[in-house]
Amino acid sequence: MLDSAVSSRLAALLPPEAWLTADEDTRAYECDGLTLYRTRPAAVALPETEAQVVAILRQCHQARIPVVARGAGTGLSGGATPDAGGVLLSLAKFRRILAIDPESQTAVVQPGVRNLAISEAAAAHGLYYAPDPSSQIACTIGGNVAENAGGVHCLKYGLTVHNVRRVRGVLIDGSTVEFGGDALDAPGYDLLALINGSEGLLAVITEVTVKLTPKPLLAQVALASFDDVGRAGLAVSAVIGAGIVPAGLEMMDRAATRAVEAFVHANYPLDAQAILLVESDGTPEEVAAEMAEIKRVLAASGATAIRVSTDEKERLLLWSGRKAAFPAVGRIAADYICMDGTIPRRTLPQVLARIDEFSHRFGLACANVFHAGDGNLHPLIMFDANVAEEAERAEAFGAAILELCIEVGGTITGEHGVGIEKIRQMCTQFRPDELTSFLGVKAAFDEHGLLNPGKAVPTLHRCAEFGKMHVHRGALPHPELPRF
Amino acid sequence: MTDAVVLGWQQRIRDAAASGRPLRIRGGGSKDFYGQEPVGELLDTTPLAGIVDYDPTELVLTARAGTPLAEVERVLADAGQMLAFEPPHFGPGATLGGTVAAGLSGPRRPYAGAVRDLVLGTRILDGRGTELAFGGRVMKNVAGFDVARLMTGALGTLGVLLEISLKCQPLPKAVTVRVLECGAAESLRLTCGWAAQPLSLAGTCHVDGRLVVRLAGAAPAVAAAAARIGGSAWPEGDALFASLREQTHPFFAAAGGPGRALWRLAVKPTAPYADLGGAQLIEWGGALRWLDLDAGADPQPLRAWAASHGGHATLFRGGDKAAGVFQPLDETLLGLHRRLKANFDPQGILNRGRLYPGL
Repeated sequence: MLDSAVSSRLAALLPPEAWLTADEDTRAYECDGLTLYRTRPAAVALPETEAQVVAILRQCHQARIPVVARGAGTGLSGGATPDAGGVLLSLAKFRRILAIDPESQTAVVQPGVRNLAISEAAAAHGLYYAPDPSSQIACTIGGNVAENAGGVHCLKYGLTVHNVRRVRGVLIDGSTVEFGGDALDAPGYDLLALINGSEGLLAVITEVTVKLTPKPLLAQVALASFDDVGRAGLAVSAVIGAGIVPAGLEMMDRAATRAVEAFVHANYPLDAQAILLVESDGTPEEVAAEMAEIKRVLAASGATAIRVSTDEKERLLLWSGRKAAFPAVGRIAADYICMDGTIPRRTLPQVLARIDEFSHRFGLACANVFHAGDGNLHPLIMFDANVAEEAERAEAFGAAILELCIEVGGTITGEHGVGIEKIRQMCTQFRPDELTSFLGVKAAFDEHGLLNPGKAVPTLHRCAEFGKMHVHRGALPHPELPRF
Repeated sequence: MTDAVVLGWQQRIRDAAASGRPLRIRGGGSKDFYGQEPVGELLDTTPLAGIVDYDPTELVLTARAGTPLAEVERVLADAGQMLAFEPPHFGPGATLGGTVAAGLSGPRRPYAGAVRDLVLGTRILDGRGTELAFGGRVMKNVAGFDVARLMTGALGTLGVLLEISLKCQPLPKAVTVRVLECGAAESLRLTCGWAAQPLSLAGTCHVDGRLVVRLAGAAPAVAAAAARIGGSAWPEGDALFASLREQTHPFFAAAGGPGRALWRLAVKPTAPYADLGGAQLIEWGGALRWLDLDAGADPQPLRAWAASHGGHATLFRGGDKAAGVFQPLDETLLGLHRRLKANFDPQGILNRGRLYPGL
């Protein structure tokens, strides 16, 4: 609950319909895409101008009230989970595309503009916004920047951080600030890089200039089947090793293809242990040459069948299965949790074998979809929350996967963010000195820790409470002990 | 298993922090000219050298900061890969650490990304002598703040780089260079128009009434783009782009001469051509304008012009550094810089003042 004097001062900053405190109004904001965690915020603010954002933040700063910024709420790590004693600041009304400039290949947009809406607006100029998280029809650019969102095409076209030129925002004390600019670099420290992926801990974003990319003339996708998961993993390395950077390079195991085939009928081979989707884009000549090379490498790597899309309809059909993987698993399992570790690609066969072991040990099924090109693994752990202890087992299974990712030299999150979901594993991935340094970065922007408290970076005190040990570069303390 | 060299540096940093005497971090010294005058006792990074891990199929290379840039590039080239941001060496001794600390990228930057775009992880010593690792050796990693990229271009003021992981890319299968005779304004119109099309651009340069365009990628795409762009083939293209990258081109030789100052103006590529009082060389499809001016030229009009076109001006070589090398920051940004510096280097001993006074 907010102090009533503070609450009325805040309410006075906005029109009545933009300040919500009633239970039935704030309920819609109690969680983001990570629905396991729900908290009702003390109030929801829906500003529509930067001046209102400044005024709200200044007031909250003075009164030391936590503020959680929120875009579309599609995040999967709980980054927009409200603070019970704080203000949930929705940027949903910031939904104007301010400029599309084909000459400089940029778009200036407000943070509440949907990812896909940018590409739609730029299409008339033969341009698009390249990062394409799977939630792109709903997720907004402000959230994309906050999470440094990825997508299926980022091996070739980069993550959000590579496609954003300038971010305008407001610090917790109400001062406005611009990171980056219209040039390709900016003076001083690269704060633009720092703001990307900062999970709403450093500033509230009010405007973003994104880079637009010329649309390739043609795209084709190859679907390759493998009778062994490890062999499919080696084929991925072989493609990259041949000097090819495909526009997309995805892998699904049999559990995943079976789940999606029943759902979208993409004509996936059901007997294959794993499939790869390899996309090539560019001019028609370029695609023809690259696709010939891709087929050669896949065949040499032991693919049992290769099918190449012959038109756009077939290409979209082949992709539809991959894109429907999460809902398809949602159909066959009562509940599932999605992990997001990244690993060095060469460790893939070993990691998949271990995940299979975990699956038996925890007694829970797991389907694997994988942004194979950039080593980003999404195991989907299936469970039933109504069965006693299954949720706990699923969480333990997920934690084991994340710790395995760290052990092989990877990371606990490739694109979903830490949020509250993976905050415990931060204590494993980073040493206390590094966490202290992160907390210092946070304090440089937000001395009192008011923006999105309790997310992304754990305090050392919390790590001690979790009882987590640090595994650095695969060097476990007491390597002589068996660990399960 | 910390290296003996690193242990020695930790002790030196702790001593420096205790006494408040600054340290000047230096690799090959090839970029000593860049930024404000280095001050302090020398900390030579060249003893910490060597490639730690490189697997071409991972597209990731990890090397110690003192590793010669030439060695990194040779090893990559042997595997058919490259550092796509084309870092300038500016001298035979350039190191990987200096490359990342300076944050400079070459002609391919608008099309393949800058140094910071390809940095995946760094291991550093902060100003307390504490060893810290940020980012990692994988392509996608959003755990924790992106401090690895923050180190890029910080000119060593936030930490001593120990080890760096970079994303590598395959060498293009075909490269061709075209040349067109045209004025600067026409050149800007052409390059902005081309950039909006899928044309395999990999570098542009306008100087002395001539626009030179490099195309790179798959052979059929490069051929199609060359036909689209027109002009004529330029047989000395490789040498030209090497001379731009290393600033050995006659334009830079003149601008680096006595009594001259070389200014670097990074602006929105669509900024119109403006006579700013000296010869200009335009790169990056219009986003980078090099200016050869008298050493005593007033920086104010340059900074104002660059700012009005969304960018900033840097006194790159020569001239009077007393008035500042880099575009001044506004109060809010400067406050953030000071507090970040205090977080990583509370005693202000690492490359003190190299970027801005007081940092």
